[in-house]
Amino acid sequence: MAVCIAVIAKENYPLYIRSVPTENELKFHYTVHTSLDVVDEKISAMGKALVDQRELYLGLLYPTEDYKVYGYVTNSKVKFVMVVDSSNTALRDNEIRSMFRKLHNSYTDIMCNPFYNPGDRINSRAFDNMVNSMMMQVC
Amino acid sequence: MEQGPAGVSAAAAAASTGGLLLPLSESEQQRYSELFSRCCPPPEAAAGGSSVGELFRASQLPPDTLHQITEVCGAKRVGYFGPTQFYIALKLIAAAQSGFPVRIESIKNELPLPQFVALKNDSDVRYGTPAELHGVKFQVPHTSLEKNSYKRTDEGDKQEPKSPPMSPICSPPASPSTYQRVPLSYGYGKSRSGLEQQHGAPYEVRHTTHQQDGPLSGNYGAKPALACSTLNRSLSGEREQQDSNAHYSDDPWRITEEQRDYYINQFRSLQPDLNSFISGSVAKNFFTKSKLPIPELSHIWELSDVDCDGALTLPEFCAAFHLVVARKNGYQLPETLPETLVPEYLQAASLKPMRDCTLFDSYSESLPGGQQTRDFSRTETSAEEVSDSSALLKDGKKDDKQALKVSTDLKTIPKEFQHLTVKTAAQESNTLKARPRSRSYSSTSIEDAMKKGEEPPTPPPRPQKSHSRASSLDLNKIFQQNAQAVRSGWLPPPPPALPPRPSLSQTEQVSEVELHPQMNKPPSQAEENSSAKKEVVIAQPPSKPARRKLRTETQGLETPELSPTINVTSSLPAVKPHLPVQKQSSKQKRAIQTAIRKNKEANAVLARLNSELQQQLKEVHKERIALETQLEQLRPVTVL
Repeated sequence: MAVCIAVIAKENYPLYIRSVPTENELKFHYTVHTSLDVVDEKISAMGKALVDQRELYLGLLYPTEDYKVYGYVTNSKVKFVMVVDSSNTALRDNEIRSMFRKLHNSYTDIMCNPFYNPGDRINSRAFDNMVNSMMMQVC
Repeated sequence: MEQGPAGVSAAAAAASTGGLLLPLSESEQQRYSELFSRCCPPPEAAAGGSSVGELFRASQLPPDTLHQITEVCGAKRVGYFGPTQFYIALKLIAAAQSGFPVRIESIKNELPLPQFVALKNDSDVRYGTPAELHGVKFQVPHTSLEKNSYKRTDEGDKQEPKSPPMSPICSPPASPSTYQRVPLSYGYGKSRSGLEQQHGAPYEVRHTTHQQDGPLSGNYGAKPALACSTLNRSLSGEREQQDSNAHYSDDPWRITEEQRDYYINQFRSLQPDLNSFISGSVAKNFFTKSKLPIPELSHIWELSDVDCDGALTLPEFCAAFHLVVARKNGYQLPETLPETLVPEYLQAASLKPMRDCTLFDSYSESLPGGQQTRDFSRTETSAEEVSDSSALLKDGKKDDKQALKVSTDLKTIPKEFQHLTVKTAAQESNTLKARPRSRSYSSTSIEDAMKKGEEPPTPPPRPQKSHSRASSLDLNKIFQQNAQAVRSGWLPPPPPALPPRPSLSQTEQVSEVELHPQMNKPPSQAEENSSAKKEVVIAQPPSKPARRKLRTETQGLETPELSPTINVTSSLPAVKPHLPVQKQSSKQKRAIQTAIRKNKEANAVLARLNSELQQQLKEVHKERIALETQLEQLRPVTVL
């Protein structure tokens, strides 16, 4: 279960960012922002020749003692960043992958909406519901 | 239901209010509990702040007094309006209205009921659920409403000062479209009669004053005196069920016939083929004309485009249009698509009117299906229980599938399409969309096939360009196939084709050499094919270059297709030579047929080869990914 989920546009501004409502949400925003550097590094590290076969799931971007950050990039350079609590019994990699896949599917559903202009903030209720289902339930 | 918590809380309030015994007379109890339940939908225990605020404002007390009341009743302290706080507040309002100072002691006095002028709670506060929508709709035909309310005042008790507040409530809301008003008032008239009978019984049971907000109390159930709470609960339970049954035809999310016809006409104006779909941009322009704000339109689209493909089929369009109409009339948009607007449901119900359209020649065979749906729609309007609607929805889906099957059978769609018609209802709309596309290349007539050979009709793009080796392979195979196919037919015409022979023979040989190492089984066939008909092969290509190109295109495009279409299209080259050279004897036809068979075998072999190569490719990919992950792990982690 994620603690924070963010969708970043190609130009590296956030399209959607949602955190578990704790006292220090800004910390998550900062974490996501810094993880963008790692994402860029991973993308460029792949090299030009491999850009076709580059895998969308980037994996663990970097861990801290409190949480881990995972990344996923689509072919249109839209990035999904997920911050997961470390204390949570380690989520298996394929679980993270499936979460990203769900995010990607919901994102494409939003794209299909003709009233959505790519680059706008995401205001879809369906997307919100899906993200809520993935977030940690904080009492 | 609402009386449960209301009754319990009334008792609790009577028992103890933070050490203060609140003596509530029966009338006060009912009034308060009814007001409380209005402000507070059942599951919560606390009243919503906004509705409470409105209620207080409706009491026409100055705001300072209201603040004082809020403080005194303890809501500020506790942070919410629980039942006890609410009751105390109401008592204080009554006190204030009677001129007493706002203090706890005032409550102890005997006070009249607090008066609330122009209670707008019912009309403005909640639109969300259809149940409450009925509360709104009750005001639309306000004449009958007033009649009923006055009837109830006769039955029950006076409350003269309450009757004026009724009229503001009965002012009709924003002008509804004719489409909405007509069905709503009609349905309402029917439901009202059902309700009144039920109302008689509990009102007699309770000897107490009855509230003016007749329809709302009817909607929310009776306000039982503590003595008769259980009896009333059962009666009102029955009544609510009857409400829902009667409201079944009243549902604002149900599309009436005239609405449906209007929507279908609008659809036709955008897209003449009712079977096809409207693209996203067209729909966007159309719905933007409704002048709703873009976020709402976006939400409507999300709700109605069930398969999320950026296009609206007819049922999706009807649902979207209906939501737009509802929104313009003031209804709040639901969070999820109501059952009656789900495309499968609309599909089943709409097959009947669609049948009437002349555009639907192909659907004329779905007459039996259409009749079924007509019966279905008739039975569902007379359905007793709302719970049946889910069963009927399933029936609708079955009817849907039957209708689809009927039409597919009668259209003689090739086999590959039949395994495209999948079981899930969600993809039925996809098949509807896929059908117009598949029709383009599944035509069996020769002329159409020839004409369509010009354009590239096949949806699945095959890796013609990506695999350079394979493409040359294909082309060479194509030449050979064409050769076999048209050998007998073309042999007489092209005598002047001799010069290009050597170059072609060279390329043939080269291709053969290439073929050898790659394919084990096919080369044997290719070899014997090519060797046997080499001369003829070379004769073919230059003879009629234009037509040849056409044929190679068609063959190139259609070779990798699924076998049934290959059956259709591989008969093309065999059939084509027949046209210009119709004087051939049956012997040549036989030869052509053998050639066709050989083509098919070659195709199958090529397909197998392709799949094997793909498999290898996948494995190599996997290995590569594994290696990459290993590399990642080994690479030292470079942190910020």
